[in-house]
Amino acid sequence: MGKKVAIVGFGQTYQRSSRKDVNGVELINEAVHTALSDAELTINDIDAIVIGNMDHFEGVNYVDCWSAEGSGAVMKPIFKLTTGGTTGTTVAMCGYYHVASGMFDRVLAIGWEKNSESDTTGAIVTAFNPVWERTRFGGAIAGLAVEASKYMDNYGVTERDGARVAVRERLHALNNPYSQLHQEWMKGMEVDQIVDLLVTSEQNQMLAYPLRMSDMCPRTDGAAAVIFASEDVAEKIAPTPAWVVSTHNRHNYVFLGDINWDRNDTLETAAKKVFEDAGIKEPLKEIDVCELYMPYSYAGLKWMESIGFCGPGEGPKLVWDGVTDMDGELPVNPSGGVMSSNPIGATAIIRVGEGALQIMGKAGDRQVQKDVNYALCTGFGGCNWADVMLLGKKKPS
Amino acid sequence: MESGEAFQPFNWSVGRHGSMFLKELKDNKAFYGVKCPKCGRVYVPPRKVCGRCYVAMDERVKVSDEGEVVVCTIIQFGFVDPSTGYQQPVPYGYAFIRLDGADTLLPFFLDSTDPKKVRVGARVKAVFEEKRTGSIADIKHFEILD
Repeated sequence: MGKKVAIVGFGQTYQRSSRKDVNGVELINEAVHTALSDAELTINDIDAIVIGNMDHFEGVNYVDCWSAEGSGAVMKPIFKLTTGGTTGTTVAMCGYYHVASGMFDRVLAIGWEKNSESDTTGAIVTAFNPVWERTRFGGAIAGLAVEASKYMDNYGVTERDGARVAVRERLHALNNPYSQLHQEWMKGMEVDQIVDLLVTSEQNQMLAYPLRMSDMCPRTDGAAAVIFASEDVAEKIAPTPAWVVSTHNRHNYVFLGDINWDRNDTLETAAKKVFEDAGIKEPLKEIDVCELYMPYSYAGLKWMESIGFCGPGEGPKLVWDGVTDMDGELPVNPSGGVMSSNPIGATAIIRVGEGALQIMGKAGDRQVQKDVNYALCTGFGGCNWADVMLLGKKKPS
Repeated sequence: MESGEAFQPFNWSVGRHGSMFLKELKDNKAFYGVKCPKCGRVYVPPRKVCGRCYVAMDERVKVSDEGEVVVCTIIQFGFVDPSTGYQQPVPYGYAFIRLDGADTLLPFFLDSTDPKKVRVGARVKAVFEEKRTGSIADIKHFEILD
């Protein structure tokens, strides 16, 4: 199994639609500097670095090389990874593997993106087959809209159900100063009232049925960094390290037309394996908080079922009952999640960092009110592939 | 590859089965898939390896030009097509279609933007261009039958 590994520090930048005040290197440095301060370490303590983003979103390749000054990688081992939406969890998994191998004691994992410097949809489309898939393929929005169509048809799910998830995310984001969207106008309104407004307002533009503006994540500039440490040093660095209990990823097929649109197979399989490793039998009861990578509202219904938090078609009830709100049995995305902030290469590592904060008790106004022993963090990308990482307060045996 | 006024030096190979698929579209307005010898799945578009069984596939199978909408949407936001450099003409219906006889889905656009017609389970049929060039664009769109 290798060495036990824990997260001992996390740093993220303020995420905004456009961070014109910094260039890419400076943005990366802001996250690294914050993470090092959080762990009370200096860059000299870091043995190796993993970094990731989607090169072609900014149109600049080889971030591992050109950002070395900002990332702190000068004369250190560094790996670069690019896996689409999962980039953040992939750099986290790679940071974990580096330390678990016993070869490094302290590894810095960085994810970042400046979506303001790109045409995100144009760039995303280039991840798909130019001959068979690109014809009129509307990028991420269309890919997610078609998934919603099947889910709604299977279970009689309505636009109000999707909007209810969106409202939760945006209300949670009001507690997170780092998040991009702060929809202050929602404050003090009843949830039902906001839902009604979202599904009827002409200002809430339909993008691709059933997805309106309010059902989608924004495009964001931002970076985040997580420090992984081995069991030999973790407890000396952090009073309450967030231990990596288990992590798995799954990919499936070449084309979107090959995947099973009834279930999110990759998320289901990766989560099942993680729970098996951790001995978790009843995820809803045993997981204390979940940072779910959900780029659109209906993922907050269907993918909850894929993870096993509830049965097929039961997602809407779970959400309407308030189970996933801040004070519910399983708070989902206390940070406001991807739907409130989506700096793509950083998005999934923010899920991991936010999960770690909840375990460490350092999440500020977005700290959930119960004792957090387990935090589940996920990443999502392209052809519905998934990364899952389970963090725990107790050192795994 | 052409992008607006510019030309980009991309030349993608579609493989042997892919070439056969495009040639059949052009010459016979016919759809061909490839069948896995182990699990029996029929892949459209065709490719060499069944990822589930990890075996090579060689058996070509003709499938129908009619099928069923499995997932769909109506795209209403403007975006640039990276293959042409031009704005896509929105709105348009878009679906992943299971052609009768195939197991995988073919993504394509539809002839309708009517939410009552663009729905899961709708029956569709391919409409071909008069002048065909051996490209996926030889399919004009899928017509919704019901």
